[in-house]
Amino acid sequence: MNLNPMEQFAVKPLAGLDKPLFEIAGHPIYFTNQALLMVIVVAVSSLFLTLAVKPNRLVPTRGQSMAEMSYEFVAGMIHSATGEDGLKFFPFVFTLFIFVLCCNFFGMVPGSFTVTSQIAVTFALASFVILMVIVTGFMKHGIGFLKLFVPHAPWYLLILLVPIELISFFTRPISLSVRLFANMLAGHTMLAVFGGFVVALGTAGGVLSALSIAPMLLIVAIMLLELLVAFLQAYVFAILTCIYLNEALHLHDHH
Amino acid sequence: MEPAAAKMIGAGLACIALVGAGIGIGNVFGSYLSGALRNPGAAATQTTNLLLGFALCEATGLFGLVIALLILFAF
Repeated sequence: MNLNPMEQFAVKPLAGLDKPLFEIAGHPIYFTNQALLMVIVVAVSSLFLTLAVKPNRLVPTRGQSMAEMSYEFVAGMIHSATGEDGLKFFPFVFTLFIFVLCCNFFGMVPGSFTVTSQIAVTFALASFVILMVIVTGFMKHGIGFLKLFVPHAPWYLLILLVPIELISFFTRPISLSVRLFANMLAGHTMLAVFGGFVVALGTAGGVLSALSIAPMLLIVAIMLLELLVAFLQAYVFAILTCIYLNEALHLHDHH
Repeated sequence: MEPAAAKMIGAGLACIALVGAGIGIGNVFGSYLSGALRNPGAAATQTTNLLLGFALCEATGLFGLVIALLILFAF
């Protein structure tokens, strides 16, 4: 039995789909376990959110309450972070939040695959966010958007501050993506390492086998912590998106 | 020194970054608690900032972990 804790992150073609679907510039494209999980996440979340509010009951059922609460949660978050005119970004932020949240939660199912533990996925999401911020800023303020990089300070400090602002702006996609990716990677690696302890102790025989219950209980506790982290990282991803959008919308003046 | 051994030592050293993350997270929650106990009325309004501070702190430690993983698996 292979106990390598990193094995769970391997992206591989699904069993029976070993042949590439098609090729782009000589690079074969496979339908991988990651693609399958992403299709499942998108299908389940969009089906649930549309079907739960379809009957539109006055007294909501549990499903409808969940959909409505997530809507109000994200709407409140955008309103508090960006103010009134940020609400037109609601569909964008809501989609991001639900996608990341569902990817994290589906990854918690034993035996499944965590899409957000792939830097390729999170970096694509994060660079899309930054692209959105840049486009929004230039559409709202035109060339004046560049004032974002010039804080209110004497000119001799600006020589130092403008490069710092520029660097901090352009490292945002990196920090945004690495935060989500590293959290998921670290959490799931930790679960697998403790799973390895259970197997190693359980097969040792004698008193040691009975002791394997200890790491097992610890896994349950870590699982709970990971559920919290899964929600928290989706929340942080969404709220940082809101904060970046707020800067693009309002530059330095606080609303 | 063997390159493989140097890799392992380097990866272990990179994980020292988690010290800072631990201090930071402790600071975030400790300061929040001491503030919240002085003024419980304002506590609920600051949960967003609390979680944000927690996540930003935690990320710096995880960057160190990423360096460790890069040393182990990318080189």
